[in-house]
Amino acid sequence: MLCDVCGKNPATVHLTEIIDEQMNELHLCESCARHKSAAMEQQFGLSDLLAGMADFEKPSSKEEELVTTKCPSCGLTYADFKKIGRLGCGECYNVFRKYLAPLLKRIHGSNQHIGKNPVKPKVAVKLSKKKTDLSELKNQLQKAIAAEAFEEAARLRDQIKAIEAKKENNAD
Amino acid sequence: MQINDLINHTSEWLKGTGPHSDVVISSRIRLARNLNKFPFPHWATKAQLNAVLEKTSLAMENVELLKKSTLFVLANLDSIDKQFLVERHLMSIEHTQKTEQKAVLVNDDENIAVMINEEDHLRIQLMQSGFNLFEAWEIINGIDDSLAKLLDYAYLDDFGYLTACPTNTGTGMRGSVMLHLPALVMSRQIERVLAAIAKLSFTTRGLYGEGTQASGNFFQISNQVSLGHSESEIIENINGLIRQIIEQETQAREIMLAKSKEVLEDRINRSLGILKSARIITSQETTELLSMVRLGSDLGMIKDIDRRIINELFIITQPAHLQKLENVKLTSAQRDLKRAELIRKKLNLL
Repeated sequence: MLCDVCGKNPATVHLTEIIDEQMNELHLCESCARHKSAAMEQQFGLSDLLAGMADFEKPSSKEEELVTTKCPSCGLTYADFKKIGRLGCGECYNVFRKYLAPLLKRIHGSNQHIGKNPVKPKVAVKLSKKKTDLSELKNQLQKAIAAEAFEEAARLRDQIKAIEAKKENNAD
Repeated sequence: MQINDLINHTSEWLKGTGPHSDVVISSRIRLARNLNKFPFPHWATKAQLNAVLEKTSLAMENVELLKKSTLFVLANLDSIDKQFLVERHLMSIEHTQKTEQKAVLVNDDENIAVMINEEDHLRIQLMQSGFNLFEAWEIINGIDDSLAKLLDYAYLDDFGYLTACPTNTGTGMRGSVMLHLPALVMSRQIERVLAAIAKLSFTTRGLYGEGTQASGNFFQISNQVSLGHSESEIIENINGLIRQIIEQETQAREIMLAKSKEVLEDRINRSLGILKSARIITSQETTELLSMVRLGSDLGMIKDIDRRIINELFIITQPAHLQKLENVKLTSAQRDLKRAELIRKKLNLL
């Protein structure tokens, strides 16, 4: 299916609006969805837009899992999130990690936080040291891509891959 | 401090000072923070919201930078008071809805405001006059560090600060800059500029934030992405964009001065003339005319009016401010009369 707006790119964001039992559907490509998001925020509400994006992340025919998996801390299901566009509590991010990681990536272009953290005991800081190196690399990669320095980007990508592979081996 | 004490006070960010204050009205940073183990406000019970309100307000009492401040519990305020706080940019329109267990903490200088139980448990905001995001960040970062020692924030190493809406996750930070761009609007270049901003994943909003229209040539520009970049990077990105817009606006002003100085001078002085003599004036017309007067002041065409007075007029001519000043509920028609009277008084005294 092609985007309703530009008619060029494949539609990946699907919006449904119901007014007086009359249903309207809008299919957009990612770039048109982003451009239109300001206007849509008023027309459809941000939660619908997010729900549309969240919908696309779901693995095929796992509808049941979405309804039955509840956050043990607050009771929210992923189906609830799809409906209201808001998570229930901090623990939801752990429970629905496999759906949220790709969703966050779609929204922000990344799902790895590299900003400040709450002031924590020294032990925790030590533990996260290695991680910072990896996220710093990822950060440099994004910058390289933004600057269209593709050779540099490729080098960084390989470096990140190598570190991540090593990490996975260690985990096994 | 009582809510009525705010009326005679000019907010710190309205001073009209700071870097590039001819184009930039104010710089604002807000951080979204939530407490671990408590559901986000929309999903929480009354008892849980009360506990959040109690915990957070107690913690804030122990933060040095928040010592000289007042907590306004929204359930105790009438609709004019709530609108009054929105007009002063101390809280969002959303915060005036379903006000049970909601509050806002405002410091005496009115540059810090913390909304409790809005979309997130805490929305900490810092406003500075002029183009000054880094300074705003330094102050708010300090407040956030102090609060983190007293409160258990919802945070994960990979996702960062956890928020009710995933669009705020990560740093939980939104930096916004309020710009006054009359020359870009008059020279019809603004559409092109706004389109470019949207492409760079920044958002443009009106004077009062989310869902409001840009009016009187004011535009609020903020970052959309809050995850995957550090706070300083996000600020540097906004700063880079804002610097370019300032340059474009300044250029457009210079071209107008060079090409059509008389026309511009005529328009600015007519605007001032109407403000000084009108007997009935709407809020919309006031904003548009004040925008021209502010431009006149920036260009040195109007010399006898302090920029601070112009900035202040934008706020005190708003509906709730007029009603607080008069201390009585006014209809729209009555407000238009009172507004004109107030403007005449403020401008002709000078």
